[in-house]
Amino acid sequence: MVEFLKEIPTIRFMALRKYWYALSALVVAASIVLVLVRGLNLTVDFTGGVVLELGFSQPVDLEQVRGALAAGGVEDFQVRTYGTASELEVRLPPAGTGAAAEQADRVVAALKAVDSSVKLNRTESVGPQVSEQLAGQAANALLFTLLLVLIYIAFRFRWRFGVGSLVASLHDPIVAVGAIALLGIPFDLNVVAALLTILGYSVNDTVVIFDRIRERFRSMRKAEPAEVIDRAINETLARTIIVSGCALSSVIFLAVLGGETLRGFAVALAIGIVIGTYSSIYVAGAIALDLGASARDFMPPEKRGDVDDLP
Amino acid sequence: MQRYPVWKGVLVAAVTVAAILIALPNLYGESPALQMSRRDRAQFTPESVTEISGALQGAKIPAEEVYVDDEGRLWARFARVDDQLKARDLIQGRSGGQYAIALTSASRAPDWLQWFGLEPMSLGLDLRGGMLLVYEVDTEGAVAQLLQRLERDFRKELRDARIQYQEVAVSGHAVHVTLRDAGQADAARKALLAYDSQLTFAPDAPAGTLTVALSEAAIKERQSFAIQQNITALENRVNALGVAETVVQRQGQNRIAVQVPGVQDASEVVRLLGKVATLEFRLVDPVNSPLEAERTGRAPLGTRLYKQRDGFPVLLKRDVIATGEQLIDASFAPSQGEPAVSVKLDSRGGDEMLRTTSENLNRPMAVVFIEKERELVQRDGQEVAVDRSKEEVISVATIRGVFSNNFQITGLSAAEGTELAKLLRAGALAAPVVIVEQRVIGPSVGQDNIAAGTEALAIAGIVLFAFMVVYYRVFGIIADVVLLMNVVIIVALLALLDSALTLPGIAGIVLTVGTAVDANILIYERIREELKVGASPWASINAGFDKAFSAIGDSNVTMFLAGFMLYVFGSGPVRGFAVTLMLGIVASMFTALVGSRALIHLIYGRRRRIERLAI
Repeated sequence: MVEFLKEIPTIRFMALRKYWYALSALVVAASIVLVLVRGLNLTVDFTGGVVLELGFSQPVDLEQVRGALAAGGVEDFQVRTYGTASELEVRLPPAGTGAAAEQADRVVAALKAVDSSVKLNRTESVGPQVSEQLAGQAANALLFTLLLVLIYIAFRFRWRFGVGSLVASLHDPIVAVGAIALLGIPFDLNVVAALLTILGYSVNDTVVIFDRIRERFRSMRKAEPAEVIDRAINETLARTIIVSGCALSSVIFLAVLGGETLRGFAVALAIGIVIGTYSSIYVAGAIALDLGASARDFMPPEKRGDVDDLP
Repeated sequence: MQRYPVWKGVLVAAVTVAAILIALPNLYGESPALQMSRRDRAQFTPESVTEISGALQGAKIPAEEVYVDDEGRLWARFARVDDQLKARDLIQGRSGGQYAIALTSASRAPDWLQWFGLEPMSLGLDLRGGMLLVYEVDTEGAVAQLLQRLERDFRKELRDARIQYQEVAVSGHAVHVTLRDAGQADAARKALLAYDSQLTFAPDAPAGTLTVALSEAAIKERQSFAIQQNITALENRVNALGVAETVVQRQGQNRIAVQVPGVQDASEVVRLLGKVATLEFRLVDPVNSPLEAERTGRAPLGTRLYKQRDGFPVLLKRDVIATGEQLIDASFAPSQGEPAVSVKLDSRGGDEMLRTTSENLNRPMAVVFIEKERELVQRDGQEVAVDRSKEEVISVATIRGVFSNNFQITGLSAAEGTELAKLLRAGALAAPVVIVEQRVIGPSVGQDNIAAGTEALAIAGIVLFAFMVVYYRVFGIIADVVLLMNVVIIVALLALLDSALTLPGIAGIVLTVGTAVDANILIYERIREELKVGASPWASINAGFDKAFSAIGDSNVTMFLAGFMLYVFGSGPVRGFAVTLMLGIVASMFTALVGSRALIHLIYGRRRRIERLAI
């Protein structure tokens, strides 16, 4: 049998939780400050910008075009075919007044390397793909989702656990966004999808550990709550390592081999998986513990019966 | 020897076979195609196939296949987008505007699969591209509508204030009022200001007249309101099409770009999005003869001549009671066996309707249906936009009772009623919009990137599969089979629901494959734990599944709820993610809990005794 952990480890996770709280609080604060100060590298999806329509004398290879644009110093562009294979659309982030023409010139100059007879057919401004209304909608969706998850976990476990999972599921995307701001990863719609994935992953991880905690509270009624939670985390540690390892290795493959477009998405996911694993061990369980989780939360309701009346 | 319920085994087998079958067309892929339907709604015949194929051959455009589908539409499939575009130009030129031609794509799957009605799942805009429609908003029309409303309301205000006028008319961006009695100018001004205190009167108007001109700012505001309203209406319409992952965005001054990914029926989309339908409720003129007006070609003062569906003329009052702009909801609701569209108006429309119906009981009222389409037609080698506008009285009904904002329109066929309700509900547009451009757009994620991403996912998958086999041996193989089944089921479900797969959607799949792996690992780790404390193999398997169930169940239900909320409240990419998340969770619960147990029983179930489990 191949096994990572031959024996169930006896790490006392909860004993050190004060330090981890401090670290988490620090990282969350740093993330928020980073996003506010440095800002996110929002792509055309969010900001809108300029669309250039270009005509070539013959069908062109998109990769070659991307290479030429990058070499020509054009940044944050999106390229796709438009109508036929010899017509392209290039999207750029908004430029200041007057700078649009300059931007267009730079694109055309860069593409001369691909086809000397390249022609600029049209320049037009576009609004963001994510209108304010849609962004508001998405924010609402997220809020309702978190609330429902909180209610469900509170119902299946106890409210203490619901709060623990809520804090963990807020903690993870915030830190991930902070990391994205720090690394300057372009923030596009795919990164939004990655953040949702991180949220889902974190919730899943948390629920699995909560489930074991629930089970152990029922079977170890005399033990201290911290001891029970430690035991549950240790027992699921093998599973946590394998699952996180598998997920992490998959997204690392995606980041390394998956090409430019998927890199931001994959890196965001990788960061999220690491944080999600950490938070389901430290944040979710520890908060439930400090909110007073105990064996009493999971005891069957006391039976009132005739027994009490006997002398 | 352990028994496993036969029906569960049969269920797993049936689901697997069905999923593989439904997912199969994806292996063949799609080709660019043209879909043609006749404007006169007649069906294409086999002769048209020969004719079109001949024309294509004559122009040396290689077509993969030309055929007529069940609904009498003609399809032509090509290997390359360039051929598709050339063929469209050719056929459009030949047909002289008789065919509606849509750029779309068609399945390359063999006939027997298509005979089952099985189609490959569609890919989203980012992965495969799609169709781009650029609409131009008639912002001038929006301003004109505002002026008309002012004209109408001025008349009403002056009447109510008992101020006699000779004329209230719109010219340019202004409304001119000519009073009977010049002395009442101040009173008139007061009455109009009471209606809207923002009105500005031109200072140089001659005595006895008032001129209300719209300010530049008011015009700008009205125009940008019209564009914003159109964007919202188009978003609603596109969402009503049920195609996931569409994009609606403002482009330039007065244009809106709509991007729809691989739709099955492009012409239907163009038709539904391109039509501008609105309603007007008007009173019928009971005095003058419509036949007389038709003969002389002149409608009496204060009326307009319209045609009914059966061709009979009808004279309607110029004053509009309510328009589609005031519509809140419309739904198809047959009443007493007769098709009917139930209409709900806003309070302003309702007030007007209440006033009109109470003053005109037992007089006829008409519903005018206005539909506008603009098409690009080839004329002398140039593309010319042609407006087709249809104004038609769809019903004339006697006002039987007083009603306000809730009533029904009858006198339509069931099909017309359904479509009318759909169009009205999708949003009556304040300003007419017209298509000025229709194009096929390529994917925003480059082909190389898609290839690289697929390759990376494949390698990650192989590594994961290998790890599972090394770590869990026979049970690892079971997990791998079950995971493959999981992916096939997701693809099949996506194909069935005709939901386009996008990058965010793939993120959802990656997440659910992750949870499926997790579910298997949870079960196997539990089985190992049970074996360690000395339970027998079968007892361990059963206990493993039972004990892991609470964790798998709770985590999957939580995620499903999350997916559901994201679907209900989100839109665009968030929705794409939510769809695959929910489908994936259903697939993963089924495969991990039912599928993998069935496989274990298949492998170990027949043996009398198992000494050891290869886990």
